[in-house]
Amino acid sequence: MVLIYIDHSEKEIKKSSHEAISYGAAIAKQLSCSAEALLLGTVNDDLTALGKLGASKVHQLNNESLNNFDAKVHASLIATAAKNLNAEVIVFAHNINGKAIAPAVAVKLDAGIVTGACSLPDLQNGFEVTKTVFSGKAFANIKIETPKKVIAINQNSFGIQNHELSATVVEMSLPIPPASVKVTNVNKIIGEIPLTEANLVVSGGRGLKGPENWGILLDLAKALGAATACSRPVSDSDWRPHHEHVGQTGIQIAPNLYIAIGISGAIQHLAGVNRSKTIVVINKDPEAPFFKAADYGVVGDAFEVVPALTAAISKMKHNE
Amino acid sequence: MNILVCISKTPDTTAKIAFTEGNTKFDENGVQWIINPYDEWYSLVRAIEIKEKDPTTNIHLITVGGPEAEPIIRKALALGGDEAIRVNINSNDSYVIAQQIAAIAKQGAYDLIMTGKETIDYNSACIGSMLSAILDLPYVSLANHLEVNGNTATIQREIEGGEETNEVILPMIISCQKGMAEQRIPNMRGIMAARTKPLKVVEPVATNAHTSIKEFSLPPAKTGVKLIAPDQMEELVKLLKEEAKVI
Ligand SMILES: Cc1cc2nc3c(=O)[nH]c(=O)nc-3n(C[C@H](O)[C@H](O)[C@H](O)COP(=O)(O)OP(=O)(O)OC[C@H]3O[C@@H](n4cnc5c(N)ncnc54)[C@H](O)[C@@H]3O)c2cc1C
Repeated sequence: MVLIYIDHSEKEIKKSSHEAISYGAAIAKQLSCSAEALLLGTVNDDLTALGKLGASKVHQLNNESLNNFDAKVHASLIATAAKNLNAEVIVFAHNINGKAIAPAVAVKLDAGIVTGACSLPDLQNGFEVTKTVFSGKAFANIKIETPKKVIAINQNSFGIQNHELSATVVEMSLPIPPASVKVTNVNKIIGEIPLTEANLVVSGGRGLKGPENWGILLDLAKALGAATACSRPVSDSDWRPHHEHVGQTGIQIAPNLYIAIGISGAIQHLAGVNRSKTIVVINKDPEAPFFKAADYGVVGDAFEVVPALTAAISKMKHNE
Repeated sequence: MNILVCISKTPDTTAKIAFTEGNTKFDENGVQWIINPYDEWYSLVRAIEIKEKDPTTNIHLITVGGPEAEPIIRKALALGGDEAIRVNINSNDSYVIAQQIAAIAKQGAYDLIMTGKETIDYNSACIGSMLSAILDLPYVSLANHLEVNGNTATIQREIEGGEETNEVILPMIISCQKGMAEQRIPNMRGIMAARTKPLKVVEPVATNAHTSIKEFSLPPAKTGVKLIAPDQMEELVKLLKEEAKVI
């Protein structure tokens, strides 16, 4: 059986977990076994609808206290559930919480783990999974040598597949270990799309000259419904908040669309964004290295090009 | 307070990524090695700041790797830290590495074990989480702020679209990222002092690897950029909608 861990926040299942369920269901099909999901805590989502993503069952440990994430407690419960249910493969989203617990679960199950996976397992010579390495500059095929396997799948690398299932919800009861982490404050930026979950990202570099010029970028992001990002010098100079810094030493993202405005395309920047499906580069320097990594390029002054692009997007949305 | 800081050696961020031996090994030819930036800039510097506030703090550095890792660990000692341990084994398997660190951690009464958020070569982000399972300790990952008061750590960690504050009773494991501290450059005094700081080499404990790397590959090169004139933004929107199908 393939067991997929469902991550949630504020009573809502994360998008990355939807993808993880579809991915887990595809592995279950390869192995001719069932795909079942595991939920710790409570959510407002309709759990039977997880069948549409490919889960035949949802095992739920229905306890409000688990809505606060505690890596030690969560890893221990997931490992116990996986043992009780006799899961062969345990799938996580390689998102913030997945990174904190998947390796611990692997240790507890004596399982080999691949994090940052971007392919279905290849079963021809055992069990091999491809992962991104060198911050997206290369891939590695990793063979998992143990009977049990843990995989954490990169966000936005598999997509969601539709199934005609309705999942049955099964209540599970397990003793809950004492909390090891006290959550004393949660500070969410309201109304902003989290960068790692975003399909569309608009990103600015030093070419925008100063924080006072970010309006044109924000207008474009708003017209598209995109999240915003920036290059490292921009966040280092406090023009933009740290959490927007993408690249080798910032956040690595792989949205469907990445629009880079006034960013030169240094190797360390590219490392964080080159897995984006489509890259648009707007730069006044035709020699900017970013054009080599781009699908579409506009050689021009951002201060003219960006408002024109925003207007064209708004016009397109208006006509839809 | 006793802190164990995990230090990993990684290729410089501008290193050419190429492979040898039938694409089964990273080509180290001409590669400059650095301390993994997350380990150096955030985790190590924050440990040093804690020691600057409370000089009774002991900072031990650990690296798992062959003798070629010594320049890296000396550089880390030059930044700060009291002594270093090198576990003499090269491995690509996170589990093997975590077992080596855990074996050392068990011998010292460490209040804090610090790692970077991930290494910039294998990007696995596994070590902290694995240590928490092996040592049965609390773990907070992707932290961008840490204060220690007595036996309580107050930590800010990243969550999707925001931050969360956690309180944890020591001992614990923490993985660090941007915001935690600022990069420092080692000074001459530090570099001189590092030469005589103890660097202990220990042999590995026996463990079986759970995974092995079979092959590396490079992503397909982009086929070439399609240039759109700055006054043709409606054309660009059309391409994004109809050709790329992303909006
Ligand atoms: C160890 C290490 C790690 C690093 N990690 C990261 C990382 O994670 N992320 C990251 O981003 N960087 C990282 N860097 C920094 C990186 O090397 C570059 O310095 C940085 O990405 C450059 O940022 P930029 O493109 O915004 O600025 P610049 O390189 O200054 O580029 C500005 C661009 O704007 C263009 N421009 C100027 N005016 C206009 C205009 N009016 N209209 C349109 N275009 C205009 C210019 O032609 C230029 O191409 C790292 C560096 C090191 C050494």
